[in-house]
Amino acid sequence: MAGLAASFGSGAMTNSIGELENTDCILVIGSNTNENHPVIAARIKRAARLKNKDLIVIDPRKQDLVKFSRLWLRQVPGTDIALVNAMMQVIIAEKLYDEAYVTERTENFEALKETVAKYTPEYAEKITGVPAAQIIEAARIYAKAKAGSIVYCMGITQHTVGTDNVKTLANLAMLCGNVGIEGGGVNPLRGQNNVQGACDMGGLPNVFSGYQAVTDPANREKMAKAWGVENLPDWVGMTMTDMLPAISKGGIKALYIMGENPALTDPDADHAIKAMQQLELLVVQDIFLTETGKLADVVLPASSFAEKDGTFSNTERRVSRVRQAIHPVGQSRPDWQIVCEISNRLGYPMNYANPEAIFEEIRLVTPSYAGISYKRLESGGLQWPCPNEEHPGTVYLHKDWFAKGKGTFFAIDHKDPAEMPDAEYPLYLTTGRLLYQYHSGTMSRRAVGLTEKAPECLVELSPEDAAKYGVASGDQLRVRTRRGQITAKAHISHKAVAGTIFIPFHFAEASANKLTNAALDPVSKIPEYKVCAVQIEKA
Amino acid sequence: MSKATLNLDGMTVEFQPGQTILEVARSHGIFTIPTLCFLKDTTATGSCRMCMVEVEKARTLLPACATVAAPGMAIKTESPRIDVARKMVLELVLSSGNHNCLVCEANGECELQALAYRYQVPTPSFANPPDTKYYYESDNSMIVRDFSKCIMCGRCVRGCNERQVNQAISIGYRGSHNKIVAKADNPYINSDCVFCGECVQSCPVGALLDKNSMHQGRSWERHQVRTTCPYCGVGCQIDLHVKGGHIVKAMGAHALPNEGRLCVKGRFGMGFVQHPDRLKTPLLRKKKGGELEEATWDEALDFVAARLKEVKEKHGPEKIGGWCSARATNEEDYLMQKLMRAVIGTNHVDHCARL
Repeated sequence: MAGLAASFGSGAMTNSIGELENTDCILVIGSNTNENHPVIAARIKRAARLKNKDLIVIDPRKQDLVKFSRLWLRQVPGTDIALVNAMMQVIIAEKLYDEAYVTERTENFEALKETVAKYTPEYAEKITGVPAAQIIEAARIYAKAKAGSIVYCMGITQHTVGTDNVKTLANLAMLCGNVGIEGGGVNPLRGQNNVQGACDMGGLPNVFSGYQAVTDPANREKMAKAWGVENLPDWVGMTMTDMLPAISKGGIKALYIMGENPALTDPDADHAIKAMQQLELLVVQDIFLTETGKLADVVLPASSFAEKDGTFSNTERRVSRVRQAIHPVGQSRPDWQIVCEISNRLGYPMNYANPEAIFEEIRLVTPSYAGISYKRLESGGLQWPCPNEEHPGTVYLHKDWFAKGKGTFFAIDHKDPAEMPDAEYPLYLTTGRLLYQYHSGTMSRRAVGLTEKAPECLVELSPEDAAKYGVASGDQLRVRTRRGQITAKAHISHKAVAGTIFIPFHFAEASANKLTNAALDPVSKIPEYKVCAVQIEKA
Repeated sequence: MSKATLNLDGMTVEFQPGQTILEVARSHGIFTIPTLCFLKDTTATGSCRMCMVEVEKARTLLPACATVAAPGMAIKTESPRIDVARKMVLELVLSSGNHNCLVCEANGECELQALAYRYQVPTPSFANPPDTKYYYESDNSMIVRDFSKCIMCGRCVRGCNERQVNQAISIGYRGSHNKIVAKADNPYINSDCVFCGECVQSCPVGALLDKNSMHQGRSWERHQVRTTCPYCGVGCQIDLHVKGGHIVKAMGAHALPNEGRLCVKGRFGMGFVQHPDRLKTPLLRKKKGGELEEATWDEALDFVAARLKEVKEKHGPEKIGGWCSARATNEEDYLMQKLMRAVIGTNHVDHCARL
């Protein structure tokens, strides 16, 4: 999100899910949409298969969308910048870019032009492994489309160059005048039901709700007044991925974790567990006793989505209602009630009659949510920004100008991932999700059907690597990196490319994040889950 | 240019070029043309012949779902001639399987049952013999296929291929042998099926069933709650069917962004909500290194508040972090960051957006 915020001034999906069916070209990069966002994939497949639109897939794995694509570019992991820079080099050299748009709505074009000049398709072929002719074809298809949409996900952001990857995609979109139009845009697909909402609500170290910076005295004054407190901290806090390592250095003494499971999802998970054991106080609030909960001093039983009212904000900025269907299970309580109880005991009364009362406060202090109310949401979701009650919500962003005025091109060079394969660890490891499972598996592994289809962790490897290591499907494999090792069954698949193995991270007993590298993107602090060096042997 | 018009049940109405008679009728408030094989957002096949209407000067009755409206058409959506035709269609459809509403899961929400009632068509006299064997598949934990109820409307096939584009099922074989097949006539579990359940939602009868909802009560004993799916960030709108405090099944709601679609997680992944493993009481580790033990809410909350205060006083607020959740509601995340910023005095607030 940091990348998009720098380029456009706002870090969210610029366009809407429904538009994907009617755009002229869809470029999917770093998103295994068919497994991770199947309902969005349905829109993309409808566009490609039934409406004859161009689909370009850029992915090292032969993922499911490939068979619907007009063109598939199979790049070496971690070389997205070189590839997209080369596409831009072609577009600029062949004068396929939108000159009027670039002049009127963007800045810093000359710097971009200069940087990408050396990324000829032939030069990029050497870095990315993608044939020059394919790069040229992809560039032409995307640039010539009237409206082109770029769809990406964690395959772009979970790199040490994640922020630069995103900026590079923003460069490409602006170059072709594809931002601020229907069917265009740069569209990050958010992985969790309310990850957009958690960001919108100020669940970040540097902003209050609505992305109002904590470092701005005017924002602090406004929030302090609304909350009836004297003052608010003026410093930028730490991210999760900084907080955990800070524990062992004494930087964090107490953590209150609501509905997260870092013992399984954090990179270099063994380290995370050791760190949390050193805390003076660990409070975990969740619906199950998770791997993280087992380390806690107190575990507070929360109610699930089906047991409470509220709102979620989806990946296209649509705020939708969550409605209570059943009574809370056992003695569990909705998270909002638990937070209120703790606040009351700390001497700051929080007395809300219901979630709607909290939402009314959110509207008051969050300009982009000001026009949204439970009453309006009765007739369906609303997309922010929605500044007042008459506003219909915003289907796509940056229509006539960017949130920050002019869109900025960033001149960015390719950099290798933090850890490259070598003689000892000769393969790339990349991690992700399966269709039938979800995140740390806390929810999905307790659904009978999902577990029937995906009961255990499988290491996906190519037929070539299987032959090289003498491995058959079903063999137990020991997978080792510089950080840890796991054992799991091999699964030989044509989805995998030679030299790269794939492991899903849902399974606690073979936790992929014991292997992954905690190297972070310096801006977004996102770990490099998508590339590290690994060795395998038969167990 | 004046808009194109036609005559519909005696009214002169406007229409858009390319609209079918069914679409024109529905856009002018006529919802009484019965359909079985029609499925929104998919190719109209006109195969069931339920939606036949009378068009002046046409030689035969025409299927409203598959006939494109033309300027000047004069259309009747109800007439004695139409009634006779629709009744015959129903009788033939009913004769093609074993449609026993007494034990059928779809009773109460079955479109065929509703039409049989509307047109007063009893069990047909020329049905298949009672010992006819039909394909029945129950070897996976999510979807049951009962072909004794299948009316070959093809909605599941179009839902799979056109709404979800999963391309897992098709119509196989020829003539009277034709049936819905998955991957060379295999069970779903051994096919390309990804269990999105679109076929179950598309089925107008009781041929495709959500296994977990079977024998869990009749449709009229349940109430539906519209909510938002708790899995990925698409934010699909779902209708939870609830009976006696239990979630019986989840169906895709016809609202943005999903317009009825769900994936396997949204449709068949609700088992976690009322799973026996759910935490039911607070747990407290009374001394470091000890075990987590059950505690009352007051004990647990008092402990949390006292310890937070202690750490804050001893080390300062900047040594405390609070994590919001990408799974909690907006209201809850807002309160968590408010608690941390306004009450504790720390900006160490984050959630798993990066993971």
